[in-house]
Amino acid sequence: MVNYIWAFLIGIGIIYSLVTGNINTLNESILTNANEALDLILNLLPIIVLWTGILKIAEESGLLDKFAKLLMPILHKLFPDVPKGNKALGYISSNIAANMLGLGSAATPAGLKAMEELQKINPDKKTASFPMITFLILNTAGVTLIPTTILALRVAYKSASPGEIILPAIIATACSSIAGLTLDYIIRKRAKKWK
Amino acid sequence: MEVISKIILPIFIIIIVFYGVKKRVNVYDVFLEGAKDGLIATFNIFPAIIAMIFAINIFLDSNVLSFVITNVSKMIGGINLPLEIIPMALLRPISGTASLAIMNDIFKSFGPDSYMGRLASILQGCTDTTVYVIALYFGSIKIAKIRHALWGGLFADLVGIIMAIVLTNLFF
Repeated sequence: MVNYIWAFLIGIGIIYSLVTGNINTLNESILTNANEALDLILNLLPIIVLWTGILKIAEESGLLDKFAKLLMPILHKLFPDVPKGNKALGYISSNIAANMLGLGSAATPAGLKAMEELQKINPDKKTASFPMITFLILNTAGVTLIPTTILALRVAYKSASPGEIILPAIIATACSSIAGLTLDYIIRKRAKKWK
Repeated sequence: MEVISKIILPIFIIIIVFYGVKKRVNVYDVFLEGAKDGLIATFNIFPAIIAMIFAINIFLDSNVLSFVITNVSKMIGGINLPLEIIPMALLRPISGTASLAIMNDIFKSFGPDSYMGRLASILQGCTDTTVYVIALYFGSIKIAKIRHALWGGLFADLVGIIMAIVLTNLFF
Protein backbone atom coordinates (compact mmCIF):
# COMPACT_ATOMS: atom_id res chain seq x y z
CA MET A 1 0.00 0.00 0.00
CA VAL A 2 2.81 2.40 0.90
CA ASN A 3 4.31 1.58 -2.52
CA TYR A 4 1.22 2.86 -4.33
CA ILE A 5 0.95 5.95 -2.16
CA TRP A 6 4.61 6.82 -2.69
CA ALA A 7 4.25 6.47 -6.47
CA PHE A 8 0.96 8.40 -6.36
CA LEU A 9 2.48 11.37 -4.51
CA ILE A 10 5.42 11.60 -6.91
CA GLY A 11 3.26 11.01 -10.00
CA ILE A 12 0.59 13.59 -9.15
CA GLY A 13 3.20 16.10 -7.99
CA ILE A 14 5.28 15.90 -11.17
CA ILE A 15 2.34 15.76 -13.60
CA TYR A 16 0.54 18.70 -11.94
CA SER A 17 3.76 20.75 -11.92
CA LEU A 18 4.36 20.04 -15.61
CA VAL A 19 0.75 20.84 -16.55
CA THR A 20 0.75 24.14 -14.66
CA GLY A 21 4.22 25.06 -15.97
CA ASN A 22 5.81 25.03 -12.55
CA ILE A 23 8.99 23.42 -13.85
CA ASN A 24 11.46 25.62 -11.95
CA THR A 25 9.86 24.92 -8.59
CA LEU A 26 9.70 21.23 -9.44
CA ASN A 27 13.41 21.05 -10.25
CA GLU A 28 14.34 22.99 -7.15
CA SER A 29 12.15 20.67 -5.09
CA ILE A 30 13.76 17.54 -6.54
CA LEU A 31 17.29 18.82 -5.96
CA THR A 32 16.83 20.19 -2.42
CA ASN A 33 14.54 17.52 -0.95
CA ALA A 34 17.31 15.25 0.21
CA ASN A 35 18.92 18.10 2.17
CA GLU A 36 15.68 18.67 3.97
CA ALA A 37 15.54 14.98 4.89
CA LEU A 38 19.03 15.31 6.33
CA ASP A 39 17.99 18.40 8.34
CA LEU A 40 14.99 16.51 9.66
CA ILE A 41 17.00 13.51 10.79
CA LEU A 42 19.64 15.74 12.39
CA ASN A 43 16.88 17.55 14.27
CA LEU A 44 15.43 14.28 15.52
CA LEU A 45 18.63 12.39 16.23
CA PRO A 46 19.80 14.01 19.52
CA ILE A 47 16.56 13.70 21.46
CA ILE A 48 15.85 10.18 20.20
CA VAL A 49 19.34 9.08 21.27
CA LEU A 50 18.86 10.80 24.63
CA TRP A 51 15.45 9.26 25.22
CA THR A 52 16.43 5.72 24.22
CA GLY A 53 19.33 6.07 26.67
CA ILE A 54 17.02 7.15 29.49
CA LEU A 55 14.51 4.42 28.72
CA LYS A 56 17.21 1.77 28.67
CA ILE A 57 17.73 2.61 32.36
CA ALA A 58 14.00 2.09 32.94
CA GLU A 59 14.24 -1.26 31.16
CA GLU A 60 17.32 -2.50 33.04
CA SER A 61 16.12 -1.41 36.46
CA GLY A 62 12.85 -3.29 36.04
CA LEU A 63 10.78 -0.09 36.11
CA LEU A 64 9.25 -0.90 32.72
CA ASP A 65 8.12 -4.34 34.00
CA LYS A 66 6.72 -2.74 37.13
CA PHE A 67 4.82 -0.26 35.02
CA ALA A 68 3.54 -3.14 32.87
CA LYS A 69 2.32 -4.97 35.99
CA LEU A 70 0.27 -1.93 36.98
CA LEU A 71 -1.66 -2.35 33.74
CA MET A 72 -2.55 -6.00 34.46
CA PRO A 73 -5.87 -5.48 36.31
CA ILE A 74 -7.12 -3.33 33.42
CA LEU A 75 -6.01 -5.96 30.92
CA HIS A 76 -7.98 -8.70 32.67
CA LYS A 77 -11.10 -6.60 32.16
CA LEU A 78 -10.29 -5.83 28.53
CA PHE A 79 -9.42 -9.41 27.60
CA PRO A 80 -11.99 -11.64 29.32
CA ASP A 81 -11.34 -14.45 26.80
CA VAL A 82 -7.64 -14.74 27.69
CA PRO A 83 -7.07 -16.93 30.77
CA LYS A 84 -5.39 -15.20 33.74
CA GLY A 85 -1.66 -15.78 33.88
CA ASN A 86 -1.42 -16.40 30.12
CA LYS A 87 1.89 -15.21 28.68
CA ALA A 88 0.05 -13.11 26.09
CA LEU A 89 -1.11 -10.67 28.79
CA GLY A 90 2.48 -10.10 29.92
CA TYR A 91 3.56 -9.28 26.37
CA ILE A 92 0.54 -7.06 25.80
CA SER A 93 1.29 -5.06 28.94
CA SER A 94 4.96 -4.60 28.03
CA ASN A 95 3.91 -3.56 24.52
CA ILE A 96 1.54 -0.92 25.87
CA ALA A 97 4.01 0.25 28.52
CA ALA A 98 6.76 0.67 25.90
CA ASN A 99 4.39 2.50 23.54
CA MET A 100 3.28 4.85 26.32
CA LEU A 101 6.87 5.87 26.99
CA GLY A 102 7.57 6.42 23.30
CA LEU A 103 9.77 3.35 22.98
CA GLY A 104 8.42 2.08 19.68
CA SER A 105 11.39 -0.16 18.94
CA ALA A 106 10.84 -2.13 22.16
CA ALA A 107 7.08 -2.19 21.68
CA THR A 108 7.05 -4.04 18.35
CA PRO A 109 8.87 -7.26 19.43
CA ALA A 110 6.61 -7.52 22.50
CA GLY A 111 3.57 -6.94 20.29
CA LEU A 112 4.58 -9.68 17.86
CA LYS A 113 5.16 -12.09 20.77
CA ALA A 114 1.70 -11.24 22.13
CA MET A 115 0.14 -12.08 18.76
CA GLU A 116 2.02 -15.38 18.71
CA GLU A 117 0.68 -16.33 22.16
CA LEU A 118 -2.85 -15.26 21.22
CA GLN A 119 -2.63 -17.39 18.07
CA LYS A 120 -1.86 -20.44 20.29
CA ILE A 121 -5.25 -20.10 22.01
CA ASN A 122 -7.08 -19.14 18.81
CA PRO A 123 -9.48 -21.94 17.71
CA ASP A 124 -9.48 -20.80 14.04
CA LYS A 125 -5.89 -20.10 12.92
CA LYS A 126 -6.95 -18.23 9.76
CA THR A 127 -9.37 -15.85 11.44
CA ALA A 128 -8.54 -13.09 13.92
CA SER A 129 -9.79 -13.85 17.43
CA PHE A 130 -11.53 -11.25 19.60
CA PRO A 131 -8.55 -10.72 21.93
CA MET A 132 -6.32 -10.11 18.88
CA ILE A 133 -8.65 -7.43 17.57
CA THR A 134 -9.00 -5.78 20.98
CA PHE A 135 -5.20 -5.72 21.32
CA LEU A 136 -4.72 -4.18 17.88
CA ILE A 137 -7.33 -1.49 18.44
CA LEU A 138 -5.70 -0.65 21.77
CA ASN A 139 -2.26 -0.65 20.13
CA THR A 140 -3.17 1.43 17.08
CA ALA A 141 -4.98 4.06 19.13
CA GLY A 142 -1.41 4.97 20.08
CA VAL A 143 -1.33 5.81 23.76
CA THR A 144 1.87 7.87 24.09
CA LEU A 145 2.87 9.86 27.16
CA ILE A 146 6.17 11.19 25.78
CA PRO A 147 6.03 11.90 22.03
CA THR A 148 9.79 12.34 21.56
CA THR A 149 9.95 12.95 17.80
CA ILE A 150 7.27 15.64 17.96
CA LEU A 151 9.01 17.36 20.87
CA ALA A 152 12.34 17.24 19.02
CA LEU A 153 10.89 18.78 15.89
CA ARG A 154 9.06 21.48 17.85
CA VAL A 155 12.31 22.39 19.58
CA ALA A 156 14.12 22.45 16.21
CA TYR A 157 11.58 24.92 14.83
CA LYS A 158 12.03 27.15 17.90
CA SER A 159 8.69 26.58 19.59
CA ALA A 160 8.21 28.82 22.63
CA SER A 161 6.70 25.89 24.52
CA PRO A 162 7.51 22.53 22.89
CA GLY A 163 5.74 20.46 25.57
CA GLU A 164 2.42 22.31 25.49
CA ILE A 165 0.94 19.71 23.12
CA ILE A 166 1.58 16.73 25.44
CA LEU A 167 -1.53 17.04 27.58
CA PRO A 168 -4.02 17.64 24.74
CA ALA A 169 -2.42 14.77 22.82
CA ILE A 170 -2.87 12.44 25.82
CA ILE A 171 -6.51 13.48 26.20
CA ALA A 172 -7.15 12.97 22.47
CA THR A 173 -5.52 9.52 22.63
CA ALA A 174 -7.58 8.56 25.68
CA CYS A 175 -10.77 9.53 23.83
CA SER A 176 -9.85 7.59 20.69
CA SER A 177 -8.82 4.52 22.71
CA ILE A 178 -12.08 4.55 24.66
CA ALA A 179 -14.08 5.02 21.45
CA GLY A 180 -12.26 2.14 19.72
CA LEU A 181 -12.59 -0.19 22.71
CA THR A 182 -16.28 0.64 23.17
CA LEU A 183 -16.99 -0.16 19.53
CA ASP A 184 -15.03 -3.40 19.89
CA TYR A 185 -16.95 -4.28 23.08
CA ILE A 186 -20.33 -3.75 21.38
CA ILE A 187 -19.32 -5.92 18.42
CA ARG A 188 -18.06 -8.66 20.75
CA LYS A 189 -21.29 -8.67 22.79
CA ARG A 190 -23.41 -8.86 19.65
CA ALA A 191 -21.38 -11.70 18.15
CA LYS A 192 -21.76 -13.72 21.36
CA LYS A 193 -25.52 -13.17 21.40
CA TRP A 194 -25.82 -14.56 17.89
CA LYS A 195 -24.09 -17.77 18.83
CA MET B 1 -3.15 22.67 32.53
CA GLU B 2 0.00 24.03 30.92
CA VAL B 3 1.99 23.19 34.06
CA ILE B 4 1.07 19.51 33.77
CA SER B 5 2.37 19.41 30.18
CA LYS B 6 5.60 20.99 31.30
CA ILE B 7 6.34 18.79 34.32
CA ILE B 8 5.66 15.41 32.67
CA LEU B 9 9.09 15.14 31.08
CA PRO B 10 11.28 16.16 34.07
CA ILE B 11 9.23 13.97 36.44
CA PHE B 12 9.68 10.98 34.17
CA ILE B 13 13.42 11.47 33.94
CA ILE B 14 13.94 11.86 37.68
CA ILE B 15 11.84 8.79 38.50
CA ILE B 16 13.69 6.65 35.94
CA VAL B 17 17.17 7.75 36.99
CA PHE B 18 16.50 7.52 40.76
CA TYR B 19 14.85 4.13 40.45
CA GLY B 20 17.83 2.93 38.41
CA VAL B 21 20.26 4.10 41.10
CA LYS B 22 18.14 2.50 43.81
CA LYS B 23 18.21 -0.83 41.96
CA ARG B 24 21.99 -0.55 41.62
CA VAL B 25 21.92 -0.22 37.83
CA ASN B 26 25.05 1.36 36.32
CA VAL B 27 22.88 4.20 35.07
CA TYR B 28 25.56 5.95 33.03
CA ASP B 29 26.80 2.79 31.27
CA VAL B 30 23.26 1.61 30.57
CA PHE B 31 22.37 5.05 29.24
CA LEU B 32 25.25 4.87 26.76
CA GLU B 33 24.17 1.40 25.68
CA GLY B 34 20.59 2.51 25.06
CA ALA B 35 21.70 5.72 23.35
CA LYS B 36 23.77 3.66 20.93
CA ASP B 37 20.68 1.59 20.04
CA GLY B 38 18.81 4.83 19.42
CA LEU B 39 21.58 6.06 17.15
CA ILE B 40 21.48 2.90 15.05
CA ALA B 41 17.66 2.93 14.93
CA THR B 42 17.64 6.54 13.73
CA PHE B 43 20.13 5.82 10.97
CA ASN B 44 18.03 2.82 9.94
CA ILE B 45 15.00 5.02 9.31
CA PHE B 46 17.03 7.57 7.32
CA PRO B 47 16.35 5.99 3.87
CA ALA B 48 12.61 5.97 4.64
CA ILE B 49 12.79 9.64 5.68
CA ILE B 50 14.56 10.59 2.42
CA ALA B 51 12.01 8.63 0.37
CA MET B 52 9.01 10.17 2.11
CA ILE B 53 10.32 13.75 2.24
CA PHE B 54 11.11 13.46 -1.47
CA ALA B 55 7.65 12.26 -2.49
CA ILE B 56 5.71 14.53 -0.14
CA ASN B 57 7.64 17.66 -1.04
CA ILE B 58 7.19 17.08 -4.77
CA PHE B 59 3.50 16.65 -4.06
CA LEU B 60 3.22 19.72 -1.81
CA ASP B 61 5.43 21.97 -3.96
CA SER B 62 3.30 21.27 -7.01
CA ASN B 63 0.45 23.24 -5.32
CA VAL B 64 -2.04 20.61 -6.42
CA LEU B 65 -3.28 20.65 -2.84
CA SER B 66 -4.29 24.31 -2.81
CA PHE B 67 -6.16 23.63 -6.05
CA VAL B 68 -8.07 20.80 -4.36
CA ILE B 69 -8.58 22.76 -1.12
CA THR B 70 -10.00 25.83 -2.90
CA ASN B 71 -12.50 23.67 -4.75
CA VAL B 72 -13.48 21.63 -1.72
CA SER B 73 -13.97 24.81 0.37
CA LYS B 74 -16.25 26.16 -2.37
CA MET B 75 -18.23 22.93 -2.23
CA ILE B 76 -18.70 22.74 1.53
CA GLY B 77 -19.24 26.50 1.78
CA GLY B 78 -19.24 28.17 5.20
CA ILE B 79 -17.82 25.34 7.32
CA ASN B 80 -14.39 26.43 8.51
CA LEU B 81 -12.26 23.30 8.66
CA PRO B 82 -8.46 23.30 8.66
CA LEU B 83 -8.26 21.57 5.27
CA GLU B 84 -4.46 21.73 5.08
CA ILE B 85 -4.39 19.02 7.75
CA ILE B 86 -6.33 16.50 5.64
CA PRO B 87 -3.38 14.95 3.75
CA MET B 88 -1.63 14.42 7.08
CA ALA B 89 -4.74 12.89 8.63
CA LEU B 90 -5.14 10.59 5.62
CA LEU B 91 -1.51 9.44 5.63
CA ARG B 92 -1.11 9.12 9.42
CA PRO B 93 -2.66 5.61 9.68
CA ILE B 94 -0.54 4.32 6.78
CA SER B 95 2.94 5.74 7.26
CA GLY B 96 4.39 7.42 10.32
CA THR B 97 7.27 8.77 8.25
CA ALA B 98 4.93 10.32 5.68
CA SER B 99 2.90 12.16 8.32
CA LEU B 100 6.15 13.20 10.01
CA ALA B 101 7.31 14.70 6.72
CA ILE B 102 4.06 16.65 6.40
CA MET B 103 4.31 17.85 10.01
CA ASN B 104 7.84 19.04 9.21
CA ASP B 105 6.44 20.95 6.24
CA ILE B 106 3.67 22.51 8.35
CA PHE B 107 6.23 23.64 10.96
CA LYS B 108 8.32 25.13 8.16
CA SER B 109 5.43 27.08 6.59
CA PHE B 110 3.31 28.00 9.64
CA GLY B 111 5.66 27.53 12.63
CA PRO B 112 5.22 25.04 15.49
CA ASP B 113 3.25 27.49 17.67
CA SER B 114 0.67 28.37 15.02
CA TYR B 115 -2.79 26.84 15.03
CA MET B 116 -1.79 24.45 12.24
CA GLY B 117 1.50 23.59 13.94
CA ARG B 118 -0.22 22.70 17.21
CA LEU B 119 -2.94 20.74 15.48
CA ALA B 120 -0.35 18.77 13.48
CA SER B 121 1.63 18.02 16.67
CA ILE B 122 -1.42 16.75 18.54
CA LEU B 123 -2.57 14.74 15.54
CA GLN B 124 0.83 13.09 15.15
CA GLY B 125 0.86 12.36 18.89
CA CYS B 126 -2.61 10.97 19.38
CA THR B 127 -2.85 8.35 16.61
CA ASP B 128 -0.65 5.58 15.33
CA THR B 129 0.10 3.85 12.02
CA THR B 130 -3.01 1.66 12.21
CA VAL B 131 -2.83 0.13 8.72
CA TYR B 132 0.87 -0.64 9.01
CA VAL B 133 0.60 -2.21 12.49
CA ILE B 134 -2.36 -4.37 11.46
CA ALA B 135 -0.56 -5.60 8.34
CA LEU B 136 2.61 -6.35 10.33
CA TYR B 137 0.97 -8.06 13.31
CA PHE B 138 -1.57 -10.16 11.42
CA GLY B 139 0.97 -10.93 8.70
CA SER B 140 3.39 -12.33 11.28
CA ILE B 141 0.93 -15.04 12.38
CA LYS B 142 -0.70 -15.53 8.94
CA ILE B 143 -4.21 -14.38 9.76
CA ALA B 144 -6.30 -13.92 6.61
CA LYS B 145 -9.67 -12.80 8.02
CA ILE B 146 -9.10 -9.73 10.19
CA ARG B 147 -12.84 -9.03 10.82
CA HIS B 148 -13.42 -5.58 12.34
CA ALA B 149 -9.77 -4.91 13.30
CA LEU B 150 -9.10 -2.44 10.47
CA TRP B 151 -12.24 -0.36 10.55
CA GLY B 152 -12.31 -0.52 14.36
CA GLY B 153 -8.79 0.92 14.40
CA LEU B 154 -9.63 3.52 11.77
CA PHE B 155 -12.74 4.52 13.71
CA ALA B 156 -10.53 5.14 16.75
CA ASP B 157 -8.21 7.22 14.54
CA LEU B 158 -11.14 9.28 13.27
CA VAL B 159 -12.21 10.02 16.84
CA GLY B 160 -8.57 10.98 17.53
CA ILE B 161 -8.53 13.41 14.59
CA ILE B 162 -11.80 15.04 15.64
CA MET B 163 -10.59 15.31 19.24
CA ALA B 164 -7.30 16.84 18.03
CA ILE B 165 -9.22 19.61 16.25
CA VAL B 166 -11.57 20.16 19.21
CA LEU B 167 -8.75 20.22 21.76
CA THR B 168 -6.56 22.57 19.69
CA ASN B 169 -9.43 25.05 19.70
CA LEU B 170 -10.09 24.47 23.39
CA PHE B 171 -6.53 24.65 24.70
CA PHE B 172 -5.00 27.46 22.69
